Amino acid sequence: MNRPQREAAARRIMENTPPPVPPELHAEVVRRGGRIRRRRRVAMLLMWLLLVAATVAFVVWAVTVQPWVEPPSETTPPLNGW
Amino acid sequence: MGRRRTVLDARRDREFEAFVAGAAGRLLHAATLLTAEPAGDNPRARRLLTLSLAHTYACWDRLRGEDPYDRTRQYLATRFSRAAWHQYGALGALSRFRARAHGPLARLSPQERLILVLRLYEGVAEEQAAALLGLPRERVHAICDRATATLLHPPREPAPSVPVAKVASP
Repeated sequence: MNRPQREAAARRIMENTPPPVPPELHAEVVRRGGRIRRRRRVAMLLMWLLLVAATVAFVVWAVTVQPWVEPPSETTPPLNGW
Repeated sequence: MGRRRTVLDARRDREFEAFVAGAAGRLLHAATLLTAEPAGDNPRARRLLTLSLAHTYACWDRLRGEDPYDRTRQYLATRFSRAAWHQYGALGALSRFRARAHGPLARLSPQERLILVLRLYEGVAEEQAAALLGLPRERVHAICDRATATLLHPPREPAPSVPVAKVASP
């Protein structure tokens, strides 16, 4: 028995007695799939909201603190009356 | 916007319903072969198929010309192999979920069943099956050969163990 014959025999064995498809399958699939879609949408929305909030918070902090401005020196006393 | 979305939703639902009507029978048969359940009583296969189809439904708009059948089959196969890893692995032997296998592929291990169904029943190419399961191509070839041999020439049942005779009490 060569390979194609063996494969054909195995296919025949596998192809008998197909199970009946349950009638409520489509409704159940749409219910679950819709839930997955809604969850994904909510997760995306939350992610965007988080990103926007983080950006706004950073900008507000940067504008108020202005970390790029050199802080006034605290170790050297002010030089007056030179 | 709302009206357009409803129209799109309705169209997607129609397309998806047609797809399910066409593909569910074959996919359910494949799933039943994978889980090795009898054709009339296949809760695990139904669950597997329902989850795979739900996944396809959820990303129907993002398929971009990809074959939904292919996508569903891929998800089904990877999900089954993951579940098989948990159920039949080292810990699975002790698990109460381990069910008795029925059907034509009852003698094969879950991995052998998966490869046999993908290669012969579904006609997936060896390279694709190997890439899908993360195995070398040669290994898929060898497992498929071994599974075919086991399927066509089943090894004989082990002799039923003779219960140990009780020591006759005097």
